[in-house]
Amino acid sequence: METKWLLPDLSEPTSAPFWEGCARGELLVQTCASCGLPRMPPRPMCSSCRSVDVRWEPTSGRARIWSFIVPHPPLLPAFAEYAPYNAIIVELEEDPSIRFAGNLVASADGAINEIDAATIEIGQPVHVVFHQIDDVFLPRWVRD
Amino acid sequence: MSEPTLVKNRTAVAGIGQTKLGKGLPDTELSLACQAISLALDDAGISPSEVDGLASFTMEPNREVDVARAVGLGDITFFSQVGFGGGAGCGVVGHAAMAIATGQAEVVVAWRARKRASAASRPWAQAQARLADLGQWTRPFGILRPVDEIAMLTRRYMYEYGGTRDHLANVAIAFRKHAARNPNSTMGHKPLTREDYMKARWISEPLCLFDNCLETDGALAIVVTSAERARDLPHPPALIHAFAQGLPPNHQTMTNYFTEDPLRGPAWTAARRLWANADVGPADVQVAQLYDAFSPLIPLSLEGYGFCARGEGGPFTDDGAIEWPDGRLPVNTAGGGMSEAYVHGFNLVLEGVRQIRGTSTSQVDGAEVSLVTSGEGVPTSAVVFTKDRG
Repeated sequence: METKWLLPDLSEPTSAPFWEGCARGELLVQTCASCGLPRMPPRPMCSSCRSVDVRWEPTSGRARIWSFIVPHPPLLPAFAEYAPYNAIIVELEEDPSIRFAGNLVASADGAINEIDAATIEIGQPVHVVFHQIDDVFLPRWVRD
Repeated sequence: MSEPTLVKNRTAVAGIGQTKLGKGLPDTELSLACQAISLALDDAGISPSEVDGLASFTMEPNREVDVARAVGLGDITFFSQVGFGGGAGCGVVGHAAMAIATGQAEVVVAWRARKRASAASRPWAQAQARLADLGQWTRPFGILRPVDEIAMLTRRYMYEYGGTRDHLANVAIAFRKHAARNPNSTMGHKPLTREDYMKARWISEPLCLFDNCLETDGALAIVVTSAERARDLPHPPALIHAFAQGLPPNHQTMTNYFTEDPLRGPAWTAARRLWANADVGPADVQVAQLYDAFSPLIPLSLEGYGFCARGEGGPFTDDGAIEWPDGRLPVNTAGGGMSEAYVHGFNLVLEGVRQIRGTSTSQVDGAEVSLVTSGEGVPTSAVVFTKDRG
């Protein structure tokens, strides 16, 4: 089924290992293979030691809500159907400098508007789940 | 007094011009650009054939060749574009100043033309289904529009510093009051009360309708030349005293959530260079045009450019502090992007010049130091105009 959801281009080489990890149920962080500095979003060079060698490190998948929004129309049609919905930024429990965008849901395949936005607070602990749309597995977040 | 630079006080804005600002203008973007440039040249008393430099935005839809041919410009020996959308405006002015100060051109026209209906004006609405760029980290989660991107930073700002919707309402109400005095503004006829603001529909919580800029058709242009020549032209020169661009380390434009301190934006980088190169500082600024695609950019810019400490940009707006005529720093005296017109912030440049000329509809008495900034939240720029004392 053709979807109007906005999805990553899985063939983009710098980021592809992240999305491959999601498909396996793993939340990975690109990490410098030379000095060990993690970085997100992925990029081709380490800004600390300038190495181009990378490895992909697993994370705990545990995080805290750093900020959130509740978008209302006008929106792209695929998203307008769910408005108002939430979108969040989370910071990793083990390294708050690593952040991810996502949606807060009650379960992996729930709708992005299923959480009462009035209950969302910065600092709430969450953990990652993965939701498939077409050939993409998107990381999403469920409160502990 | 800072060291002399090649730019400081060497050039000036000698002409300004703008078309009608509004919605659904029948003219093409090219026609609007040419009309604004023609008006600016007439205002400066300079012939099109003398123009030898052009500067605009990378997002400007009109090409230099088309503008130059239509307006009848001369041999162009300098042309430049500045990137990052609303961050570009003051950088465009600065590039014009540098071109003249370094002898690459003698008369530079800088402009921006925009129609809200044009394909280039709402990139978010044409997003492709597969994202190979940085959009892949936010858009699949419904962080779609510029307002969503800034709302995310705003919520965090409110959490960290206790900023409130009342602070944002202060901004929206002040600019609407200024627009009401400006007959060329598109929203001056509609008063805005605090109750209106608080009852307005959400666009992306915590931001409501009145936290957003307008969508406007129109074009604006300026003519920059040497300070020496500008002194012989019809209007008092607005000296380009200092300018700076700013792109901080590990910055990711609007979705700047992936750096250690996302609330310390490009304004801080531009401000460091701007004030280092100027003989004045924030305390000397009598009037400011601060880029306002969204109301929270005002507290962030007040902090970045040094008008107050971190986290104090919200309370700074209390008690009419940014309102003409009695506020300690009147901001966006023509109404800004939220109430005059949104032409990617280039209308702020013209208002900054009018304050030095003494011709604003909300004129700050004796204004001699006039700051204009471009978009905070993207690689940005700023310019200080001063009154000619030479």
